[in-house]
Parts: sequence; C-alpha cells; structure tokens
Amino acid sequence: MFKNKFWILLLAATFAALFLTAKVYAQDPAPTSAPIKAVSDNDVNLVAKKLYCPVCPNTPLDVCETQACKDWRAQIKDQLSQGWTEQAVMEYFVKQYGERVLAEPERGGFTSLVWMLPVLFVGLGLVFVWLVLKSWRSRRLSLAAIQPAPVPAGVSKDILDRIESEICKVD
Amino acid sequence: MTDTNSELIAADQPEQKPPSKFWSASGRFFVVFLVVGLIALLAWGLVQASKTPLEEGMAPDFTLTSFDGRTYTLSELRGQVVIINFWASWCPPCREEAAYLESTWRKYKDQGVIFIGVDYADAEKPALAYMDEFDITYFNGPDLGTRISQKYNIKGVPETYYVAKDGSLRGNHIGPLSAPELDNRIDELLNEPYTK
Amino acid sequence: MIPDIGLIALVIAFGLSIYATLMAINGEWSKKAHWVASARNATVAVFALLTISVLTVVYSLYVMDFSQTYVADVSSTAMSPFLRITALWGGQQGSVLFWAWMMAGFVAVVVLRKWESNAALMPYIIFVAMLTTTFFVGVVVFITNPFTEMWLVPGAEDLVIAIFQPANSQQFIPYEGSGLNPLLRHFGMIGHPPTTYLGFTGFVIPFAFAIAALMKKDTMSDLWIRSVRRWTLVAWIFLSIGLILGGRWAYDVLGWGGFWGWDPVENAMLMPWLTGTAFLHSVMMTEKRGMLKRWNILLIILTYSLSLFGTFITRTGVVGSVHAFSKTALGPAFLVFISITFVGAMVLLMYRWNDLKSEHEMESIFSREAAFVLQNMLFLAITVAVLWGTVFPLITELFTDTKITVGPPYFKQVTGPMFIALVLLMGITPLLAWRKQSTRKFLARFAIPLTGAIAATLVWAVFNPKSQPISLFSMGVVFFVTISILAEFWRGTRIRMTTRGENPFTALFKLVVNNRRRFGGYIIHLGVVMIALGFIGDAFFKTETQGTLSMGETITIGEYSLRFDGLESYLGSDGREIVEANTVLFKNGQPIKDLSPRRDYFVVQEQPVSIAGVYSTPAEDVYVLLVGWETVSNQSSTFKIYVNPLINWVWIGGFVLAFGVLIGAWSQARGKVEATYSLKNQQGEGLGALPAAQTSTGD
Repeated sequence: MFKNKFWILLLAATFAALFLTAKVYAQDPAPTSAPIKAVSDNDVNLVAKKLYCPVCPNTPLDVCETQACKDWRAQIKDQLSQGWTEQAVMEYFVKQYGERVLAEPERGGFTSLVWMLPVLFVGLGLVFVWLVLKSWRSRRLSLAAIQPAPVPAGVSKDILDRIESEICKVD
Repeated sequence: MTDTNSELIAADQPEQKPPSKFWSASGRFFVVFLVVGLIALLAWGLVQASKTPLEEGMAPDFTLTSFDGRTYTLSELRGQVVIINFWASWCPPCREEAAYLESTWRKYKDQGVIFIGVDYADAEKPALAYMDEFDITYFNGPDLGTRISQKYNIKGVPETYYVAKDGSLRGNHIGPLSAPELDNRIDELLNEPYTK
Repeated sequence: MIPDIGLIALVIAFGLSIYATLMAINGEWSKKAHWVASARNATVAVFALLTISVLTVVYSLYVMDFSQTYVADVSSTAMSPFLRITALWGGQQGSVLFWAWMMAGFVAVVVLRKWESNAALMPYIIFVAMLTTTFFVGVVVFITNPFTEMWLVPGAEDLVIAIFQPANSQQFIPYEGSGLNPLLRHFGMIGHPPTTYLGFTGFVIPFAFAIAALMKKDTMSDLWIRSVRRWTLVAWIFLSIGLILGGRWAYDVLGWGGFWGWDPVENAMLMPWLTGTAFLHSVMMTEKRGMLKRWNILLIILTYSLSLFGTFITRTGVVGSVHAFSKTALGPAFLVFISITFVGAMVLLMYRWNDLKSEHEMESIFSREAAFVLQNMLFLAITVAVLWGTVFPLITELFTDTKITVGPPYFKQVTGPMFIALVLLMGITPLLAWRKQSTRKFLARFAIPLTGAIAATLVWAVFNPKSQPISLFSMGVVFFVTISILAEFWRGTRIRMTTRGENPFTALFKLVVNNRRRFGGYIIHLGVVMIALGFIGDAFFKTETQGTLSMGETITIGEYSLRFDGLESYLGSDGREIVEANTVLFKNGQPIKDLSPRRDYFVVQEQPVSIAGVYSTPAEDVYVLLVGWETVSNQSSTFKIYVNPLINWVWIGGFVLAFGVLIGAWSQARGKVEATYSLKNQQGEGLGALPAAQTSTGD
C-alpha cells in the first residue's frame, strides 16, 4: 500500500513542482517602466527575443540579419528610448504585423487550446496508466503457482549450481 | 521463454479479458475522428501552401488607412480603375519601380485612376523615408496585421494588382514594373465601359 | 549518355520493385516458394539498379554536367568536388532518390541476411518493405526526377524542364550552375542528411517485421521482436546522431548561439525519435516479461508513420520553416501514402488485437514494469505536445483566419518538465526490480544517489548563486541519475573484484563485456544525461550581450571581455566576400584566445552567412558574432557574445551514445544471456541450447 502511495505522491509532487516553477521561470524579470533615455542593444534584444520576424520563416527577431529586421530592431530601440514598456512595444507589433510575430502564443482566446491540450493529455495519460497498472495487478501471478521447469534427467549437481548462480547474476 | 511460461500460465489462470476501456466503441470513434481530422487538416494545409497570388474574380475588399490619416475602402471605388501595389522599404526591387509608379500616377490621376500603395510588414520611419526619397504622392498605408496581403496571397514584394472599374481583378504583376507596361494596362482598363 | 543509363536503371528499378511486391505476396498466398525467391532476387536487383542510378547522378555532379537540371540547380564551378558530391542530397530530386536508395539497401540487407531464421515472415516483409520502396522510387520517377534537362521552346517565356525533348525545341546548357545554398556548404551537410535518412529509412525494417507478424498471425511468438532489436538500435542511433549533427550544424552556421530551435522540421525529426526510443524500451518489456505486445506494435507503427510524416513536412512547406526544401508536387502523393500506411497498419492491428494478449501480469506497482509504462506514457505525451504545437498554426489559420507562431517558449515550457521527469525516471528505474521491488532495498539503494545529488546541487548553487529553483532541480536530477548509473558500474565491479579477485580495471572491463546489453544501455543513458546537461545549460544558464566597439574598445560579459582590434575585407573561395573582425578574448583580464568572427556574403545567391569566433571548453563556449560594422570607416563594429555553459556536453554525449550502442548491439554469443532462465532440454555442455525458435538473439 505504501508503495503505491509513494509512487503517486512522488509523481504528483514532481509534476506539480515542475509545472509551477516552469511557469514562474517563463515570466521574465519585469521590464523597467521608468522612461530611460539610453537604450542598449541588450535591452532591444530582450524584447526582440520574444518576437519573430514578420516576413522571414520562423526566425526570431533578435537573431534575424535581414535589413528589414535591422529596421525593426531600430524601431524597438526608438520606442524603448521614448519610454515605451515592453508590453506596449509587443502590442504595437501585433497590431502592425499580426499575431504571428509573437514567439509564444497568447494564453487567452483561441490559442489557449495549444496550452491546455498537453496538460489535459498528461492528466489523462496518468489516469490511464494508473488504470492499466491496476488491472494488471488484479490479475497477479503468484510465484508459487508456477511449476519449476522439470529438471532433465542426468544433469549433474555442479551444473545445477552454476545455473543457479548465473540466474542470480541476470538482472 | 515466453512459450514455456505461456503453457504454464494457461494451465493456472482462467481466461480473463480485462475490460479494455481504450478500445470501446466511443474510444474507437474518438481515435478515428482524430486521425481523419489530422489528415483533413494536412490536406487543407497543402491546399493553402499551394495558393498563388490572385489573378481573377472579384478583388477582395479591404479598408486601408494611409500614413496621413485618410481612408479608402476598395468597394467604394467602383467606376474607377484601381492599381494596388504591395511594397516595403526594405525591398530593393521595389526601389526599381518606385519612380515609374509615381510618374504614372501623376499622368493618370485626373482620369479616374486610383493608386493604392500597401506597405507590407514595414516599420514606420523607414517607410516614410522611402516615400520622401521618391517623392511619392499617391495613397499609401501600412498593411495592419498583414491582412490585406494575406487576402491577395502575395508571395513577396513588389507585386501589383489590377482592378477594373467593376471591381473585378484583372491579373497581377509579380516583381518590379517597367515602362510601358503599367501605362498600357491602365489604358486598357480605362477604355472599358462602365455602367452603375 | 551516363545520365541516360541512370534514368533507365531508375525506371527498371521501379518496375522490379512492383514485381517484387506482387510476387512476394502472391507467392505466399499461393504457396509458391520459387515466386517468393524470385521476389527476393528482385529486391536485391532493385538496390543494385538504384545504386547505378545514384552513381550516375554523382558522376554528373562531379564532372559538372550542366545539361542536367539538377546539377545546374545544386552545384556550380565555385564548389569543391567534395561539396559537389554531397550536393546529391542538396536538392529535392536528389535527396528523394538518395532516400529510396537507402531504403532499398536496408531491405536488401535484411533479405540477404535473415533468410534462414525468419523464413516464415520473409514474404510479408518483402511485401511491406518493397511496397514502400515502390512508392519512393515512383515519386522519383514521376514527380521529382533528377534526370530532367532544360529546353528552349520557341514562343515560351521560360525554359521547359523535361526528361524528353519537346518538339521543335533546343537543348539549353547553362555555363554555370546556381550552386548549393551557402548554408549547406558545411561539414554538417556531409553528416546530417545521410545519418538522418538512415535513421528514418532504417525504421522501415522493424515496421515491416511488425506488419509481417500481424499478417502472418505469428503474434504469439515474439520472434519478430528479438529479430528486430538490433535493427531498431541501428535506426535509432543513426537518427540520434542525425539530430545531434543537425544541432551542431545549426550552431555553427546559423549564428543564433543555439542548437535547437523547435522549428517544425526539427520537431518532425524529433517525434519519430521519441516514439522510437519508447519502442526500444517497450520491446524490452515484451522480451523479458511478455507484456505490452499491442503497445509495441502501435509504437512502431507510430514511429514509422511519424518518420514519413517528418519527410512530408520538410518537403511540402505545409508548416512554414527555415529548413524547407522548395515546394513541389510531392505533397498530395505523400499525404495519400502516409494516410494509407498509417490507417492500413492500424486497421490490421485492430483486427489482430485479441491475438496479442499479454502473458505476464504485474505484481506490484512498485516495480520496473510500472516505471516502463510510465516512461512510455511520458514519451507519448511529449510526442503529442510537439505534434500539437507543430500543427496548431494550421488549426488556428483554419478556424480563425489568423496566422500564429508556436515557438520555443511553448515547447520549452510544455515539454521541459516532462523531459526532466523522463531523465529522473532513467535514474530510478535501474534501482527497481522486475515484478516487485522491496521498499527496504529500494530506499537503501536510493539513498546514495539522492544524498550525492543533493550535495552536488548545493555545491552547484554556491557557484551559481543566481540560479532559479527549476534549474537547480534539473541539475539535481542530472546529478542523481549520473550517480545512480555510475553506482551500477561500481557495484558490479566491486562484486567481481571480491568474488574473482580481479583488479578494478579487469573487473570493470569484463563486467561490461559479459553484460553488453545491460551496460551498453547504461552507457547510452550516460550519454543521454550528458545531452540533457547541454540542454539544461542552454535553457537556464545562457547569457548574452551585444554592443558596438570602436578600435581598441572592450565589451564585458561575466568573467570574459572582448577587445576589438580591427576589421578586414577580402574575397574568399566559393565566390564570397568576407568581412572579418580581429578580436582578442580575455578571461579575468588575461588574454586567452584570438577570435575572428566574420560575415561571408555569397554574391551570386545574395546570401549572408555568419561565422562565429568560438572559444570552447567543457564548461562553456564563448560564441562571438560580428553583427554589424561601419562600412565607410571600418572603425567600429557591433558584436554579439553568447556564453553557452555546458553546451559541449551535447556533442560529447553524442559520442558516448554511439559508443554505448556499439557495446549494446554487439551480439552476445548464442545461448548465453537470453537463455539462462528457461531450461527446455540439454544439448552439449553448460546451460544447453534452446529449441531453434528461441535462440535468436536478435542479430
């Protein structure tokens, strides 16, 4: 009994811990909202990281090397130096170029489905695993019921001993 | 190994089939639904991927707000020939046709032709600088959310679409335009009769 | 002349593979053994013919025969001969031919090697495998043919691309070819596609065996599983190496400072690897305990279908990707074929569902069986999550007419925890016995890795004080698993030392050699842990900075600083213009290396390629990119520096993985490991051989 509970608790705790802390990690340190005049390339990249180039296939905005991307990074730099928050910059990009510039799908609306389904699947999967394991266990095979294979006639004792020790070594 | 033990098991255990939840009727239906759904989705995706820039039918309607605040809605421009040009400041071939487009605009602007420049996925400053550089005076606005370009299935810039007086699409031109092609097309479309 | 030979060989190969497919199944159903034998010969002939075809393409590439469209597309006079040959798989047509050739090769080897021990299944195996080969060869012949040429037809605007000369036309032979995309001109191009294709096509063999077993109703005997274990390992290791090489290539040429972008094409490769790994493990369950038979077959069907799906996504641009080939008419044909394969196999499985009952039941949930089931579920969950994220943009576009991107943040957050759970499981499972684990013994064996892991994590936290909890937890898991696995080696060695009086080195050596499967597995797991370590470093401990420097200025990141000493431009090989920066890297004030990050611009293709200057140690990489420069004065340049901790463990892990597979797949002598715990009869000395049906050790 203990063992089953042990498993469940361990698993549940692990998953809970991982999921919660993973989400915490996902939220980056809050960007400073005070208007800063000097904007470094790193500040720009922090925002650009969360965006994708609107015209290149699957290329994050901070690493894209085309002229268009350079213009966009320059635009972000401008906006940040005028005191725009990261949120404002991202909203501007979405309005201008569509939702596909966001590297991470929004958690609300239709795209919430993309987040929910894996969680649902894992939950259902765990339940399914549990049910399967339980049904296996209810058909348990007791060791005593297995007849040992009949020993063929003429096998010497030391061969039997050697067999025993080899069996112990496997697994 | 398994053969041996299976003989032994068969002797000891009564035949028991666990209630196989997964393979019940509803489970089966669900799986079939998923598989068919996925295949249908991919087929649709293939169709989408093979779409080419529009050439005929009614020109998809849109509303565009220009950089200086004016608005045009395509469907309200019936009776006039509309030339829709997709461009971007970061696009080198667009520069090749910019001067030609502007001069053609000036030639036809009082003859019932409207030029609409749709700025595709561009940043505002470089776009305005581009318009300054070529002294562009016709109507230009940013394609917000790239919705208009998606409607026309553009594959790149520059692309030009010809809309007749009755709002139907009469072909396109992929790549930069050079004289006298645009003039010729406009003349053709202007000569068409139009009744309300 | 030569290309004509290639084309003829290709077409004959197509005809013969249809022949082989039909004769195999017909021979089986009509009980005509010589028909099946004929099919087998045809199979080998197909491979020989495809080899000829491939060789002619390689020849055309080597001599730069630009009359061939394919050669003109993917090669140019500026490319070295070596690169020209690798251009065989540089374009759509050549790579599909390459794929078909490999598949035919695998089938030929199976058919030649395993005839004796698998006679009953052979006809069906030929049928399934050659059916697939027919499809691929058919695609090459009819849809993406590498033997087309270019024709000038009077009145037509563009060149006509066709195999046969159109009426009134003239042949067009360009002076120069377009050349391979510059990003493909890297040693990764030599390694990544071939190994990946070997991995994908390799899975056709276990798949064919599984389908054959289903068709033959041979499902009570798990013979097919033992026979394919080594094949599966081979396919798996090639796919794994392919993935790692792809990552290394991306790291070297894409200039993103990372090696895995969760791009749809990358995901497409990952999914069959995930289910393939699950399959490798569940096969073990079936072999040892007779369990999970249906699940096994389901997994191999999934793995094979996913590898077909992977190539479908890559070649059709259904989901946008940086990797995609140029789009062709392949899409519909592939979609139909994949659908038929998957649905057909599943229907067959459902039909035989009741013949595949499990034999052993489980006694305790606290056992290795339960851990395996959980592991399989996790692998499947990750596969579902990745598949969902990859196709979701399509779904969104269908239902809301909006295009979205599902990028790395989604995949990392969703699959990250599951991967960590898998790694953790990898460390716990060796501590669990089959059937039922005694709690007391478990706690005793669990205690050491646990305390070791906690201690090591604390030490790590001291040296990396700003680590987030999730990263510390991940490191802890890595430490735990490493200690757990090493403890297995230690225990085994120590037992040998005490019972046989061997010295540590001999003991360890013999331990591994005598238990190759088990310890090969442990070595593979160590490799996996190392790769996990690299991913953890990339996910949690990476830092970067960017700045513009004038001559002599320095930029700092952590303990490193970089000084800009000057810029030079020159012309390179392959028709590229190079701008190169001379920089010096300092650590804690001490100069350690001169780095030359540069930007190559390929004039003909208008393609820039960034080559980073990299300083590598096992602890971390310092990765320096030249991202911008003052064109007029050359006096200042912009640099981007990534510090990538632990990244080299990915490549090291890859080698360990391959080494582990070599050990694990190296066959034990017949009758030794597999047969020890079931006596049937005694023949000769020692443990005795089992009846023929059970002695196959799966080579």
